[in-house]
Amino acid sequence: MKNSRVRRLKDAHPATVLFKGVRVVDPANNLDQKMDVLVEDGVFKEISPRIDIPDPCNLKVIKADGLWLLPGLVDMHVHLREPGEEYKETIETGTQAAVAGGIVAVASMPNTKPVNDNPAVTKYILDRAKEIGSCTVLPVAAITVGLAGETMTEMAALIEAGAVAFSDDGKSVRSSQVMRRALEYASIFDVPVICHCEDPDLSRNGVMNEGVMSVKLGIRGIPRIAEEIVVARDIILAEYTGARIHIAHVSTEKSVSLIREAKKRGVKVTAETAPHYFSLTEEILETYDSRFKVNPPLRTQSDVEAIIQGLADGTIDVIATDHAPHSPIEKDIEIDFAAFGMVGLETSLAVSLGLVRSGVLTPAELVKKMSQNPADILGIPYRGICKEEEASFIVVDPNAEWIVDSTEFYSKGVNCPFEGKKLVGRVELTVCRGKIVFGRGEYQWLVE
Amino acid sequence: MIYARKDILGIEELTKEEIEHILDLASSLKEINERSIKKVPTLRGKTVIHLFYEPSTRTKMSFDIAAKRLSADTYSISVSTSSVVKGETFLDTVKNLEAMKPDIFVIRHSVSGVPHRIARYTKASVINAGDGSHEHPTQALLDMLTIREHKGTFDGLHVLIVGDILHSRVARSNIWGLSKLGAHVTLCGPPTLVPKELESIANVKVLYNLMEILPDADVLMVLRLQRERQKQSFLPSLREYSVLYGITNEKLKKAKPDLLIMHPGPINRGIELAPDVADGPRSVILEQVTNGVAVRMAVLYVLAQRNLP
Repeated sequence: MKNSRVRRLKDAHPATVLFKGVRVVDPANNLDQKMDVLVEDGVFKEISPRIDIPDPCNLKVIKADGLWLLPGLVDMHVHLREPGEEYKETIETGTQAAVAGGIVAVASMPNTKPVNDNPAVTKYILDRAKEIGSCTVLPVAAITVGLAGETMTEMAALIEAGAVAFSDDGKSVRSSQVMRRALEYASIFDVPVICHCEDPDLSRNGVMNEGVMSVKLGIRGIPRIAEEIVVARDIILAEYTGARIHIAHVSTEKSVSLIREAKKRGVKVTAETAPHYFSLTEEILETYDSRFKVNPPLRTQSDVEAIIQGLADGTIDVIATDHAPHSPIEKDIEIDFAAFGMVGLETSLAVSLGLVRSGVLTPAELVKKMSQNPADILGIPYRGICKEEEASFIVVDPNAEWIVDSTEFYSKGVNCPFEGKKLVGRVELTVCRGKIVFGRGEYQWLVE
Repeated sequence: MIYARKDILGIEELTKEEIEHILDLASSLKEINERSIKKVPTLRGKTVIHLFYEPSTRTKMSFDIAAKRLSADTYSISVSTSSVVKGETFLDTVKNLEAMKPDIFVIRHSVSGVPHRIARYTKASVINAGDGSHEHPTQALLDMLTIREHKGTFDGLHVLIVGDILHSRVARSNIWGLSKLGAHVTLCGPPTLVPKELESIANVKVLYNLMEILPDADVLMVLRLQRERQKQSFLPSLREYSVLYGITNEKLKKAKPDLLIMHPGPINRGIELAPDVADGPRSVILEQVTNGVAVRMAVLYVLAQRNLP
């Protein structure tokens, strides 16, 4: 039995709550201190060190000592699988999983069936999200038709239909010529092109990182150079064309240094990584458990350290999950044949809080990586926790200890690498666009 | 009980004592295969299921002969003839077979790690008959038995393994076994097929020039080169491979006269091994096959005896 409740945005009720003594962390408004926060009818009414309401009435007052109040998280790399693979996940279950993880907006990748390469699919996704979603869904449309890497999609039409960015995620655009043209063309729209960097010839048939572990286990490897070569290519193309790119799921040391140098030269490049790339290494594949099979693969400790350094020094702007739900049909089989991917929506904040505990990031910096920066990159309006703003926020218990149990997930996908592990830090309440869409434990009673 | 494990999945996790115990057992069981009536009742009433996801005539037959000579009841499932081809997952297959209460599974699969995962699901003992490129423990054990019969000891012995090490489960199992028993192992082949990483994993040396190391070797293990490797861009041609790494009598002029020449079979005559070398005086390839049955009898015995009264 889940000790939590979730609601569709359509059906959820606006929040009218007073939080007393909560630590508000919002770098957009230079906030990191204990405050009282009053939300009325889904709007931030008052944010100040002390708010006294003489006659509370139907106002719910929450003593929030020890809790944090953060702007709602934005996950810019999520696979919602709808349309076409609803047995793995739907817009409904995926957005439920998102709000359970404190995420109020997800950018959904276009490798659906059919591919989101035309406005009809974009509109379908947005309509479904409006109907059954628990949070905002921002469709990412394909760079090329059918993700085939040959013909550009009609970007203007897609943006008009609601697409916020373009990506062929799951694949790279193989032809440098096509990628060059796509970047040139996309630049008139001022939207990011999100690059999945992988040379398919180098990575062909690979199952895990190529290195000492893959040789020891007798498993075909995906060499680091498969990622790095295309990171370098896409950076150079962005530099040449003046276009804006965002590198998805950075996983290697050299990718981080390529991006760092490119930024120094003024290339318009941003980058993201996923929690598994700063918390897990290839050694975990010793058990041949395909739960740990992911693309890009888990790498070595020195890559993990480089990713952490990249987060600390700003080379990596965003933490995004690359939430990739699969059913047991694709995962509980021989590792060579299993699908790549891990779910992440319901664990990403807790895992990322580890970076705060270890001193790599301050809470404010974490909020930047998981909320403000992705919003800025996607060009969505972001005011944070600010008086008279529509309230999109989460309440987090940074010290709550819990054991990951995928049977309790809202996501249909149970392919979680942290299964059974103890994590610290939990989302207690999620308010999206003024509405209470998720509550856990005692806060679930706020969800009507 | 020296061998207390439920399964035999690889050499990597075995101790020197466990390996030597199995080799000693194999030595003593070997004479059964010379008798007129090649049968002992040791595994009578035990059910052994061969589950082969990869085609194999010889290893399967070797296991089957071993099991039958110990009086076990054996059954065989190969991928092409069973419900597996209808898309049953390997876990479903194992659970179905498990329900028929087998005692021992002998499993070969093209994907590394599958026997290990199966071993966790079943109460039966699991023998890894070869998993992907990972391990082939009984092959390494029969190789070690053969070496021991000729050389007596492994201490300080120079063993040279030549060929496609990257894709070889035979090489990996032998690397573990031989280094545990004190031999010096060198790996040789083209750089595309012999990863340097192996030097970080075990106490071995990686060299690319065969003639540099061949004179020092006491034992030469030649690995089969799959013809597909040329199509997969690992090599320019099979011809060039055999020029650089193929074992011929010409090259052997520089080798020790008592060099042992081994091959796990089947041989690609003319590619990794010249025909006259394969049939020549230093070759112990057929002895390996004979020892294979004995080693597999030992392995079956050692697992079954955990439950014997």
